[in-house]
Amino acid sequence: MKIHLPNSAFLGNIDSFLRSIDTSNKNTLEVTFNEQWMSLHPVVLSMVYSLALLVEKHGGEITCEPMEAASKHYLERMGLLKILNIETGKVHTHESSGRFIPLTKITDSDQLGEFITEMVPLLHAPEQAEPIKYIISELVRNVFEHSNSKIGGVVCAQFFKKSNRVSVGVVDVGVGITESISRSHVVNTDEGAIKLALTPGVTGLTNNFGGTESNAGAGLFFIKSIAKINKDFFMLYSGSALYKLLKTPQKKPAKLYADPLKDRHSFIENLPCWQGTAVGIDISLERHQRFDSLLDLIREVYRLDIKERRKEKFKKARFI
Amino acid sequence: MKHEIKMLPRVGKFAENKDFARDIRQNEILPALEKGKEIIINFQDVDSATQSFIHALISDVIRKKGIDVLDHIFFKNCNDTVQKIINIVVDYMQDVS
Repeated sequence: MKIHLPNSAFLGNIDSFLRSIDTSNKNTLEVTFNEQWMSLHPVVLSMVYSLALLVEKHGGEITCEPMEAASKHYLERMGLLKILNIETGKVHTHESSGRFIPLTKITDSDQLGEFITEMVPLLHAPEQAEPIKYIISELVRNVFEHSNSKIGGVVCAQFFKKSNRVSVGVVDVGVGITESISRSHVVNTDEGAIKLALTPGVTGLTNNFGGTESNAGAGLFFIKSIAKINKDFFMLYSGSALYKLLKTPQKKPAKLYADPLKDRHSFIENLPCWQGTAVGIDISLERHQRFDSLLDLIREVYRLDIKERRKEKFKKARFI
Repeated sequence: MKHEIKMLPRVGKFAENKDFARDIRQNEILPALEKGKEIIINFQDVDSATQSFIHALISDVIRKKGIDVLDHIFFKNCNDTVQKIINIVVDYMQDVS
């Protein structure tokens, strides 16, 4: 496998980074870096970290070219260089409080609970603490329940002062959405599976609308809705397909839809196959909508969607 | 007869652990309902909950007992967020069941 970390990869321009990943030969990982500087979304760092963990677990080889970039200290502090076995020399570590949550592997429920408790003060974003906790909990629980990821889930988050936002990445190297959804639904493409996974009431655990006793199939819909209503980016990459919720223009009202294809989005197919799932989201701290109000909107959309589906399934007697 | 379940000591201020939700459902809510008791689920000092948590806590109760079971379950001391998430789950459970 080969990954080149460019100077910039955020949700708006992440497509070219994803296209450049070489996921062949799972036993080796070769990482190269932009020579000048790098500014990367946490989902990108989480993806590299996940692959490194996977190769390490299989006893494979990780190679990196000597790193000259000015961002060396940044990558060190995020916890990436250690897993890549890159010598850092003397790094002046700073208190992480208020800036970032370094790359963290989470493998069970207790770890997740501890992580969420410890994480919130680090980001210094009290008004957005609820959606951030919510997003990380739901995404990591998806990893536990659906992915069969051999390394658990990898989480990373960062506060970007210039754009006044928190960005979060949650990544696994499990079976991916298509295999997970296919357990209970007929899907032929990664794109089709992602669409179903984002639709409320659909889960890979049952084909009954409304889910099972433990899973409603609404987690990703809630998370996409948080991004939508705050006019932020959200991406979901699994298999060879990338769904990206595009930002709603500031002047337009943000409306929620149960059908992810009705949102302003891009769907890219035929990307290098990501064996697992990578989710990235931005949360603007400037224009955030109160979490309570968002829940009102979600409730309304959910109800309408169920009514629509009932109409679709409603059978009438046929007279011949 | 009433059976009160204080959530804070079991699930913490952020109710997200579905394992805890399942345990409370299986070991307390359903057995108490079987005995004909009314349930009070007390969310005092719980700041927030995930939809997945509330789903794991009550969806199977509604599925097994029918929506009228809500006449025997009371949600106490819920803040706005928790109340709204409970409402979302109750809504879709009666719509799909």
